[in-house]
Amino acid sequence: MIARIDPKMALEVSQPSPFAPGDPILKIEGVFKEFSRGGVTNEVLHDVSLTINKGEFIAVIGHSGCGKSTLLNMIAGLTTVSHGAILLENKEVNAPGPDRAVVFQNHSLLPWLTVYDNVKMAVDKVFGSTKSRAKRHDWVMQKLELVNMTHAKDRRPGEISGGMKQRVGIARALAMEPKVLLMDEPFGALDALTRAHLQDSVMDIHTRLGNTAIMITHDVDEAVLLADRIVMLTNGPSARIGEVMTVDLPRPRQRLELVNDPRYLAARAGVLKFLYERSHYVEAA
Amino acid sequence: MSATAAKLTLIETAAGSNPAAAAARPALVPPGPVVASQVTAVAVTVDRAAVPIPAQPDVVMSRPAASTAATARPTKTSFSMAMDTIGNIAAAVLPSLIVVAVALLVWEIACASPKSSLPAPSKVWLDAKDLIVAPFFINGPQDIGLGWRVATSLERVAIGFSLAGFIGILLGVLVGQSRWAMRGLDPVFQVLRTVPPLAWLPLSLAAFRDANPSAIFVIFITAIWPIIINTAVGIRNIPQDYRNVAAVLRLNPLEFFWQIMIPAAAPYIFTGLRIGIGLSWLAIVAAEMLTGGVGIGFFIWDAWNSSRLSDIIVALVYIGIVGFILDRLVAFVGNMATRGIQAS
Repeated sequence: MIARIDPKMALEVSQPSPFAPGDPILKIEGVFKEFSRGGVTNEVLHDVSLTINKGEFIAVIGHSGCGKSTLLNMIAGLTTVSHGAILLENKEVNAPGPDRAVVFQNHSLLPWLTVYDNVKMAVDKVFGSTKSRAKRHDWVMQKLELVNMTHAKDRRPGEISGGMKQRVGIARALAMEPKVLLMDEPFGALDALTRAHLQDSVMDIHTRLGNTAIMITHDVDEAVLLADRIVMLTNGPSARIGEVMTVDLPRPRQRLELVNDPRYLAARAGVLKFLYERSHYVEAA
Repeated sequence: MSATAAKLTLIETAAGSNPAAAAARPALVPPGPVVASQVTAVAVTVDRAAVPIPAQPDVVMSRPAASTAATARPTKTSFSMAMDTIGNIAAAVLPSLIVVAVALLVWEIACASPKSSLPAPSKVWLDAKDLIVAPFFINGPQDIGLGWRVATSLERVAIGFSLAGFIGILLGVLVGQSRWAMRGLDPVFQVLRTVPPLAWLPLSLAAFRDANPSAIFVIFITAIWPIIINTAVGIRNIPQDYRNVAAVLRLNPLEFFWQIMIPAAAPYIFTGLRIGIGLSWLAIVAAEMLTGGVGIGFFIWDAWNSSRLSDIIVALVYIGIVGFILDRLVAFVGNMATRGIQAS
């Protein structure tokens, strides 16, 4: 990497990042995570290393309780790293921040604010000093449009469906213009049809914005459909990366066309095989 | 009463002769016992209806004509909707009016004897009519309407309760947010809150050397405990999700306080405020009895000393109604402020 210390560049917040698509933007280096409780230490994650390139869509899959969410929370900065380091654009991550916006599993919208105000709150905080009031309004509306939620902008979270809440959660996260978008089983609580619909939305947004994204999931089809690479974690305790599979499918991907695509089926079979055979094997080793 | 009864019979016959009027009857005369005001209203209608020839069709006949004409349908529905509303209000209000009437009747009978130690309602009315009908008169420094006395007491409650609300919420946030503050302060609060309000009065009189600030302090110290404790519980119950959102957005402590803490804990805070206002109103009457001055509490004590029992009864009704209004007021503000928070 060339060190860029142009002071003008450093001051401009909305300057494009010096990282070009394909550059390694996020590095997870030898990360361990231990939880101590009453003198007993449990190792959750064991020596996880991964490099994620700009614009890549990564899916992390594994059985429940294996530490997927812990890994995501560490990248978000919501949980501390026990050993090792996580580097975003070569700077160590040690606190949460809007450059790693999170779409939470249970949407986490503030129920006393309208849909619009939920997104606006994030925009005001992140761009309060760099964008004018009118620009911020346009920004909010643009993000709501991206997830097709402008029609419900004045409703409160209690008045919209689970799928719509998750859309707003995605809009809020995107509105922070994160360097990495983190999604923690975002569609886990939704029915299959709504989930498919939202997966298409996420794919569409990823194609348009080219953002870097990490999604935790336990749905094999979701992982294969959305991801460029699938990171498979072995069973906990002491979960580690069992395998990283590159999904070699051209974009844009069409759900219906892929159903019979041999590459799709092979990738799907590979993940299933890992989850039902190798994850146990590694644990026994 | 016999005249009204005759008029009621009149409308019965009129209704019986006309099916349309029979349909309209339940709306005009609500089911169940008829209270005085409604009897008057019915009597007026009947008087008009009883006037020969054109007046009666004016009231009754125009309705079937309107309902047969298709264009007039909206009129009919809005009319019946209005009648439904009146019916609903009657259903809500009538039972309590009946209970009050029965209670007054029992009371009247129980205290009817001239040797009775307490005055009957009729005697209260005769003795204290001026206090009941005119809440706001001023005849001299100590001869003023009960409305003014209540206002004086309310002013003290307003000052004491506002202070308690402000400091109570801040302390509650501190105790709810910081584990060390909770460990240090919570046991102290738990002990202090069991001290009866009036037990503070001698100390505060000694400290302030004046009746009015002492009464205000008693209000403050009475109302603050439920506000602190409920706020602390509300803060402790803020979901981790909201804290995560705040962390990702890097809200500073002040932004976190206004944008997350206060709205998320608002239902709990308002529960505390509602308990607090009730306790304040309980305490002010007792405190004023001891400190003297102008308030409604002192009025009761003064009336007792001059054996004006009827005045005391009227004052009790005033206190009850004002306390009820205060409680509903805080509940109303709470509902407005916390709309949608529980429904997430």
